[in-house]
Parts: sequence; structure tokens; C-alpha cells
Amino acid sequence: MSTIKIRSKRLADYTLVRTLIAHPMETGKRKDDETGELVPAHFIQTLNFKHNDQLMSQCQMGFGVSKNPFFSFQIKSAQAGDIVSISWQDNLGYSDSAEHIIR
Amino acid sequence: MHTTRRNFMIKMLTTTGYALGLVFSKTGLADWLASDFRRRTIGTTLTELFPDQVLHKTNKINLKLPRIAENGSVVPITITSSIENVDTIYILSEKNPVPLIAKFTINPELETYIGARFKMQETCDVIVVLKAENQYYQTRQKVKVTLGGCGG
Repeated sequence: MSTIKIRSKRLADYTLVRTLIAHPMETGKRKDDETGELVPAHFIQTLNFKHNDQLMSQCQMGFGVSKNPFFSFQIKSAQAGDIVSISWQDNLGYSDSAEHIIR
Repeated sequence: MHTTRRNFMIKMLTTTGYALGLVFSKTGLADWLASDFRRRTIGTTLTELFPDQVLHKTNKINLKLPRIAENGSVVPITITSSIENVDTIYILSEKNPVPLIAKFTINPELETYIGARFKMQETCDVIVVLKAENQYYQTRQKVKVTLGGCGG
């Protein structure tokens, strides 16, 4: 299952795109409750937000972003049927991407 | 487990694939600057991120932030601004171990708007910096944190 959920809403002046990504965003300083060992850092580093293959926003982040990161953007003009996509890469080399069709 | 030749081959292939994946993902991450996200104080972060730049104070940036965050591990923020031609938005938290939370590039096709959730170590100012036409604008707002969210 994809780790990315995308929702969109066309409003009068703009289109709101919201995304929720399932990711632990470990800082590397948190201790495991059972073993007491440090949980290694594991966090998303870059996120790309595209609208019809055009890069709208590139986000670079550290582990200061919350667990299961949430982001929202507003596209000035989007039509029904347009495709938005989100992709991410993390510090351990994992990545994922998802597409969403605006209604 | 007894290692058969077949098992050995499968293991070999998966580890090689993983190693290759790591190598290629590294090249894709070339533009993630580890230096931007180092542990340091807010002062050095600001001087290193914006060398020789004046951060103009402005009231044209609107922040929607809670005044009191009960849980520092999830602090919602919404940024909007009436400044034209914004191309980059930076979010910083003054007293986090890594003050720079995230930076966003903004395509002209996007409204100057970002919503996100981030972690805060303790009560401090949240600083948002906007870059527009090679000018930097900043605004800050204090958030009271009841329970720190950076772990440890």
C-alpha cells in the first residue's frame, strides 16, 4: 500500500491539495521503550509536489517535521482531470510516490 | 538455517539490489544539503543560511500557529503572505536542536501558502523567512510548548 494519501478540493480562487505521508520521522535521539536503545534517525529529506509534470514545490526537510508528515498547498489554477503527484525520499534510501486526479 | 546454494544466491541478489538502490538514491538526493540541517544554534543557522543578507521584518506574512501547543511533537502551521513573487519559504524553530525545520520552493503557479506540521523542543519563537526577488522577509511568533516533542 502506498504511504501517501492525497486529497484535493477545487475552490473558487484556488485548488487546495493536502497530503499525508505515513513515515516514522525518527530524530535519532528517541529511545526505544522496551530495549532502551536509541532508534536510528530515519526521516524524509526531500519531497516533490508536481502538477501535470510541472514541479510546483520542492521541500527539503530535517527531522523537525512531525511523524506522519502533513503538507498542504494551493494551486492557483487547476482543472478537473489534472494530475498532481507527490514523491519523497528519505535518509535511508527509501522512496515512494503517488498520483491523484483532481475532480 | 542451512544455507543452500539457492538461498545464498537470493541473498546475494537482494543485498546487491539494496546496495545499488542506496547508491542511486544518493545521487538523487544531491540537492539535500546536510549542512543546512546540522545541529547548531539559531544564530549560526541564520548567518549560515542567509549569509550577508538582511532579514526584513514584515507584517505581510500571516502565520496560523497555536499560542499554546500541548504536544510539541505535532504543531500545525499555516503560512500565507501578500508578498509577491515568493520563491522560497523557510520554517525555523528557535530552540530545536536543528533549527531549520523545512524549506519549500514555490512555483509561481502556487499561491503563497504552505500548511505543515512540525516538532518543537520547548517554548520559543517560530521564525518564518520568505525569499522574494532576492529579498528576505521574516516574521516570528511565540509558541508555548507544554510537552517537548523532540524525544529524549
